[in-house]
Amino acid sequence: MGDMVKGNIAIAEAAVRAGIEVYAGYPITPSTETMEYLSARMPELGRTFIQSESELAAINIVMGVSACGRRVLTASSGPGISLKQEGISYMQQLNLPAVILNVVRWGNGLGSLDASQTDYLRETRGGGNGDYRNIVLAPSTVQEGVDLIYEAFDIAEKYRTIVVVMTDSGLGQMMEPCEYPDFREITKCSWGLDGSYSVKRGNFLGRDIQAESDAYITKVREIRENEQRWFAAGLEDAECVFVAAGMPGRVMEGLIEEMRAEGNKVGLIRPIIVWPYPDKAFAELRAMNPNVKGFITVETNGEGQMIEDVALYAKKNGFGMVPCYAITQACGVPKDDMVKEAFAKIVRGEKKEVF
Amino acid sequence: MAIEKHAPQAVNPAMFCAGCGHGVLLRLIGECLEEYGVEKKTLVAIGVGCSCHLKTGINCDLIQSPHGRAAAVATGMRRAEPDMFVFTYQGDGDAYNIGIAETLNAAYRNENICVFTVNNTNFGMTGGQMSWCTMPGQKTTTSPSGRDISITGAPIKVPELIATSFAPAYVARGCVAGPKEINQLKGFIKNAFEAQLNHEGYSMVEVLSTCPTNWGMKPLQAQKHMLENVAPYYTIGEIKPRKGAN
Ligand SMILES: Cc1ncc(C[n+]2csc(CCOP(=O)(O)OP(=O)(O)O)c2C)c(N)n1
Ligand code: SF4
Ligand SMILES: [Mg+2]
Repeated sequence: MGDMVKGNIAIAEAAVRAGIEVYAGYPITPSTETMEYLSARMPELGRTFIQSESELAAINIVMGVSACGRRVLTASSGPGISLKQEGISYMQQLNLPAVILNVVRWGNGLGSLDASQTDYLRETRGGGNGDYRNIVLAPSTVQEGVDLIYEAFDIAEKYRTIVVVMTDSGLGQMMEPCEYPDFREITKCSWGLDGSYSVKRGNFLGRDIQAESDAYITKVREIRENEQRWFAAGLEDAECVFVAAGMPGRVMEGLIEEMRAEGNKVGLIRPIIVWPYPDKAFAELRAMNPNVKGFITVETNGEGQMIEDVALYAKKNGFGMVPCYAITQACGVPKDDMVKEAFAKIVRGEKKEVF
Repeated sequence: MAIEKHAPQAVNPAMFCAGCGHGVLLRLIGECLEEYGVEKKTLVAIGVGCSCHLKTGINCDLIQSPHGRAAAVATGMRRAEPDMFVFTYQGDGDAYNIGIAETLNAAYRNENICVFTVNNTNFGMTGGQMSWCTMPGQKTTTSPSGRDISITGAPIKVPELIATSFAPAYVARGCVAGPKEINQLKGFIKNAFEAQLNHEGYSMVEVLSTCPTNWGMKPLQAQKHMLENVAPYYTIGEIKPRKGAN
């Protein structure tokens, strides 16, 4: 077993091993350990660390590095991620890859420092202006965070898209044993700008927007087909399927075993990638067990956000009439008792479905 | 100072309006790219505005930056590719209104880049709104009675701000009016190129430029107006000369 490492730092080191040549960012709790760590680690390896004047500048520095075909990371939280949306939208338009770490903190505006999933819909729907989606990875342990961010750069470059690694204050601050992957050799992507002006540009007038949109959507569909990922347990005989990601997903992995031992026929889908959403998990469930009577999300936000995806993919896969419930708390890590009590209410018919 | 007879290959006749100063600056930059032999090792971050015409106007690798952020994009390029020649090309609205934070902070860090800003005293691309460089009393579509500096602030002088507050390698303001001014401007641009190529650090050349279309003037009238009414406020010359040069 590896050393005990704090989530934010373990993820930063994994990005270093994946070959980032530049980090640019602006401090904000609860993501700051990532940049503090890299402020020493990057120069130690002869790489570049930039404390930028704002998150806006950081994402634009990221754009400049990415345009050169080099690996680059920025990390932030809450309002800092909001400021990055302009640059993310531009990078999507230019098909420039990058990995962004969002250590989600609760709330609107300044919010609070608490762990939360309040950014779920923003992250999975794009976030800036336009018609794009970022790939969103949602680790539930420090090790999974390490493994996912290491892979995130390959995924980003494969599709030339933005990959968001979405953790929260809980995972970012928690210490767990973790093993690091090997150092990847640093290379420049073949399409990176090198001054040769080998990729000609069109004018910004007289574009074929339909063709541009079609090309982007072809890529989106390819990502949807290839990049669904989830963990499943207890689905064969489940009457009730919990769906939870990130920290709530981790809680539910333990809790459904306990609940099954107590005689409840419950199962779990834990999306590891939340965009594209694991459509196929619902298709497989339908094929294996058409008798599901309810879906229940466990989320840390106001009234459930992922519940919207659950309802959509349930419907798409033949569970159209099956009720979908949300067990939520605004922030923190859901406690077993809270989930069990809410579940009991659902069983007794005292808690209404959302969809 | 001799001007090359042939048109530089690095730039194309662009789509600017007749009498627009942008085209002159672009031509001078194209000449310098060739003279310093960097046309095949250059990365450009353009702003949003009439500088968008560089997408087809310059045969170099280029990124369309978000409005105002070109200096940050160029910072990324500079750090990713230390051996490339990196410059931004932005309007006054882009670099000094919406992008003032990115502009000042790149200068503050003394990034080894060249920043070329076209000061035509308005937002040209969007139809002539007030910019921070709009002259007192100047009518624009958002200062229809003439700019009232008692409520908007006075025209901003970013080159002076940078030259006096930070430690840039080179700062100058030129003008695209007649042959004399254009030759002088070419000298400023060469200094900016050399400052970067010698790793001296950040340089900014602001270029007073005509926008006949939005000024509602004929090209020659616009030139005269610029020399008589704009240049006295926006003093032309080197604001921070290079160390040991000249
Ligand atoms: C975020 C954002 N806000 C507004 C605009 C609209 N816009 C495009 S160009 C421009 C002004 C450009 O003025 P300037 O930089 O002076 O360039 P010029 O056209 O005068 O050369 C504006 C406001 C935009 N593209 N993006
Ligand atoms: S609008 Fe003004 S700045 Fe833009 S191309 Fe025309 S004259 Fe030049
Ligand atoms: Mg302008």
